[in-house]
Amino acid sequence: MLKFLLTRIASAVPTLLIVTAAIFALMRMIPGDPAVLMLGDMAQPGQVEELRQRMGLDQPLPIQFVTWLGKVLSGDFGQSIATGEPVLPLIFERFGVSASVVLIAVVLASVIAVPAGMIAAWRQNSLGDVAIVGTATLMLSVPSFWLGLMLLTVFGLWLGWLPVVGYVSLADDPTAGLLYLIMPVLTLVMVEAGAITRMARASTIEVARLEYITHARAKGLSERAVMWRHAFRNAFAPTWTLIGLILGSLLANIAVTETVFTIPGLGRMLIDGIFARDYPVVQGCMLFIAFIYVAVNLLVDLIYPLLDPRVAA
Amino acid sequence: MTEPSNAPGPLLSVRNLTVRPGNALPPVVQDLSFDIAPGEMLALVGESGSGKTMAARSVLRLLPAPLRPDAGSSIRLKGAELLTLSDREMCRVRGARIGMVFQEPMVSLNPSMPIGRQMAEALRLHQRLSAAEIRDRSLAMLERIRIKDPAKCLAAWPHEFSGGMRQRIMLASVMLLRPELLIADEPTTALDTLVQRDVLDLMVELTQEQGTGVLLISHDLGMVAKYAPKVVVMQAGRAVEQGESARVLSAPAHAYTRSLIDALPRRSAGGHRDRAEAPPLIRVEGVVIDYPGRERLFRRDAPKRAVHGVDLTIGTGETLALVGASGSGKTTLGRAIVGLVQPSAGAIRFEGHDLLQPGAQTARLRQKMQIVFQDPYSSLDPRQRVDRVVAEPLLLDRGLSAGDRRDRVRQVFEEVGLPWVLAERLPHQLSGGQRQRVAIARAIVRNPAFVVADEPVSALDMTVQKQILRLIRDLQARHGFACLFVSHDLGAVEQVADRVAVMENGRIVEMGARDDIFDRPQHDYTRRLLDAAMLIDRSFGVGAASAAGAGVPA
Repeated sequence: MLKFLLTRIASAVPTLLIVTAAIFALMRMIPGDPAVLMLGDMAQPGQVEELRQRMGLDQPLPIQFVTWLGKVLSGDFGQSIATGEPVLPLIFERFGVSASVVLIAVVLASVIAVPAGMIAAWRQNSLGDVAIVGTATLMLSVPSFWLGLMLLTVFGLWLGWLPVVGYVSLADDPTAGLLYLIMPVLTLVMVEAGAITRMARASTIEVARLEYITHARAKGLSERAVMWRHAFRNAFAPTWTLIGLILGSLLANIAVTETVFTIPGLGRMLIDGIFARDYPVVQGCMLFIAFIYVAVNLLVDLIYPLLDPRVAA
Repeated sequence: MTEPSNAPGPLLSVRNLTVRPGNALPPVVQDLSFDIAPGEMLALVGESGSGKTMAARSVLRLLPAPLRPDAGSSIRLKGAELLTLSDREMCRVRGARIGMVFQEPMVSLNPSMPIGRQMAEALRLHQRLSAAEIRDRSLAMLERIRIKDPAKCLAAWPHEFSGGMRQRIMLASVMLLRPELLIADEPTTALDTLVQRDVLDLMVELTQEQGTGVLLISHDLGMVAKYAPKVVVMQAGRAVEQGESARVLSAPAHAYTRSLIDALPRRSAGGHRDRAEAPPLIRVEGVVIDYPGRERLFRRDAPKRAVHGVDLTIGTGETLALVGASGSGKTTLGRAIVGLVQPSAGAIRFEGHDLLQPGAQTARLRQKMQIVFQDPYSSLDPRQRVDRVVAEPLLLDRGLSAGDRRDRVRQVFEEVGLPWVLAERLPHQLSGGQRQRVAIARAIVRNPAFVVADEPVSALDMTVQKQILRLIRDLQARHGFACLFVSHDLGAVEQVADRVAVMENGRIVEMGARDDIFDRPQHDYTRRLLDAAMLIDRSFGVGAASAAGAGVPA
C-alpha cells in the first residue's frame, strides 16, 4: 500500500516538470519583449537594457528556465505588472473563490447523478431509464455559457429572485454568499451531471451482469442490499475517475462560467491577465491550474484502491 | 419418470416447468419434471443452450429479465410452491434453504469486499447470531474446508486466492447456512482436473454431512457418472431421458444421450497409428522461460520461472501432447516454440536451425509454424469476414493472385468442413465449433510443417469437441504436419497423441508413448492426473464400452 502511494506520488513529478517547461516555453514564444512591455512604449533603450539584465532576460534560455523554476519552487511567482503585487497570494485568494463554486458543484452533481445512473441501470430499458438517459443527454449537449445566460435571464432579470452581477464571499456573509453561488453552481451541476449519470449507468450495467451480483441475490439479499452493498462500490470505481477528471477540468476551465456570472475567481484572473498582457499573472495562473489538475487526479488515484482493492495489489 | 420416494416426500419437486421469454416466443425450457429426495444428488446434463442453467435458476427464481416460467409450471420445496411466493418470502428461501454455487470463481465473489464480510452476510441475514458467533462459525467452516490460516482468510480479498480456493470459499460460505438444497451450476468447469476433483469431493463431503440435496448442472458426463446417482439429460429445453445414472449412461435409450456418450473421448476413437520413429522436426534444448516478477506491497517478486530447462523433440508429422495443470508452463512452452514468448536460455531448433537466433532464416522458418488458440471467441478479429481471416496468411506469398487466394481459401474451407456459404460471415455469426474450424483453416492454409494447438477444444461442447479432434487427426493424416497438442484434458489427449509429455511446475516429469503413459504411468504426478480424470470408461467399464461398441477400459 505504502509503495503504491509513493510510486503514484513520484509519478506525478515528471508530469509537473514537463508542464512547467511547456508553460515556460509558451511564454517565451509570445512575440514582444516583457521588459519593453513593462516600461511602456516611451522607455529609453538604456532603461530597457537595464531591466532586461535585472530580470535575467539576457541569459541563455536554459539558465532562465532553471532560475525561474528555482523561484517557483520557493513560492516566488513574480509580481503582477499591472499592480506590482506578488502573484502567488493573489492566486490563492482567487482560487478560494473558484474552488468553492467548483467543489460544491461537483459534489452536488455526483450526489444526484450517481444514484440516478445506478437506478437507470437497475431498471434498464424501463420508462424511468429512458427518462433519466434522455435528460442526461440533453444536459450534456447544452453549452455551459448558454445555460448560464438563460438562468441569468429567467431567475435574475425576469423573476428577480437571484442577484445578477457580483459576488459576496461566503466567509463575509454566508446567506448573501449562497445567493450569489446558486446560479453558477446550478449551471455547472446541470452540465456535468449528464456525463456522470451516463458513466454511472454504463458501469452499473456492466457490473450487474457479473455472477457475484446473482450470487448476492442467491444469498437472499433484497434488491436494495444487492445494489448498494454489492453493485455500488464496484460500479462507482470508474465513475470516480471521471469525477476526478471533471473536477480537474472544471477548475481549469471555469473562466467561461466566471465571466458569465462575474465571479472574481482564478479563471477571471487569468482572462484579465491575458487582456492586460500581465505575463507574470498569466504564467502563475497557468502553472497553478496545471498543478491543481495533476494534484486532483493524483488524489483520485490514491483513493481508488479503497474502491477496488485489486489496484494496489 | 420419477422414482417413488420414501416417507418424507421429495425435497424438491419440479413439474411441467416451461420457461420462455415473453409469451409468443419459443421456450428455453419445456415441460421439465424431476424430483430430488432429501440428501440426494441429481445432475442436469446437456450441452450449452440445452436450458439446464435456466431450469436451475428457475428454482431460485433468478431468471434473467425477459425469461419467465409459464403459468402451468410448479416448483415445490418440501411440498410448498415456490413460484407463487412473494419476493420478500422468496428472499427468505434463497440462501437459507436453497444455496447456490456458481461456475466462474473469478467473478462470483465480490472483488471489493473482504471474504469474511461476504461469508457473514447471509448468516447475519437469515439467523440471529452475534458478531462473535458469526466469526466463530465462519472460522470453523474455513478450517473444515482446510484453509490454512482461517483468520487471515476472513480479512483477505478474493483476488488473493486462486480459482480453486475461491470455489472452496464460495462453497463454504453457502454451506455455512446448512441449506436443504444446493444448486451447483458447473461448479468445476473453470478449474483444472486435479482441483476439480478436490472441489467436488469437498462438495460431496459437506452435503453428505449436512444431508443436503444437490442439483448439479454439468456438461461433463464423466463427472456425472462418478458423483451423481441420478441424471436428467436435456436437449433443446426438453428432458430427453432421465433415471439412475448407471443405467442411463451404460444403456442410453435416447439417441441424443448415446451421441453425448459417444462424444466422450476414449482412446479407441483415435485408433492406433503405427508409425516408425519420425526424424525430429523440432528440438527444444534446455529452454528456460522467466516472467518478470509482480510488484507486491513493499517489494518486487523475484522473476517467476515458468519453464525450467525443458528438452523435447517433435518428429515430422508426429503429435506430441503436452499435459499438465494450469500454471505448469505448458502453454508458455508452446508459445515459445512459435516465437510468441522469448526464452531466457536454451535453443529451439527447427529443421536444425536455432529459432532463437534472429535473422532472415528464422523469419522464413517461422512462417512454417502456426498456432490454434483455446478460445475461438477471442482469437478471431470480430470485424473481419471469416474468408478474409483465412486468406490473410496467403498474403505472404506474393506470387498468388487474388483469384489464387480465393481458390485456396475455398479448398481449405472444404477441408475443415465449413460450408462455403459461411465465407462472408463475421465471426460472431458462427457457432463455437465453426469458429474453431475457421481458426484451424487459418493455421493450415499455407501448409505449415508444425502446428501448436493450445487447448483447442476446451471451450467447446462435448459433441463439438469430438468433431474438432477428429478433424485435427484427419488433417494431420492428409497433410502430415507435426503438432504440439497442449491440453489439461487427458480424454482429448488420449484421442490424438502419439506421444505424451507430462509437465509439472515448469518441468517435464514424464514423457513417452501414449499407451505407456496412460497404462503404465511412472511418475506420481502422472498417476494423480490420471486418477482425477473422470473418464467414463473407468467409471462404467464394460457398460460404457458396450454402449459405444468399442474401447478397452483401463
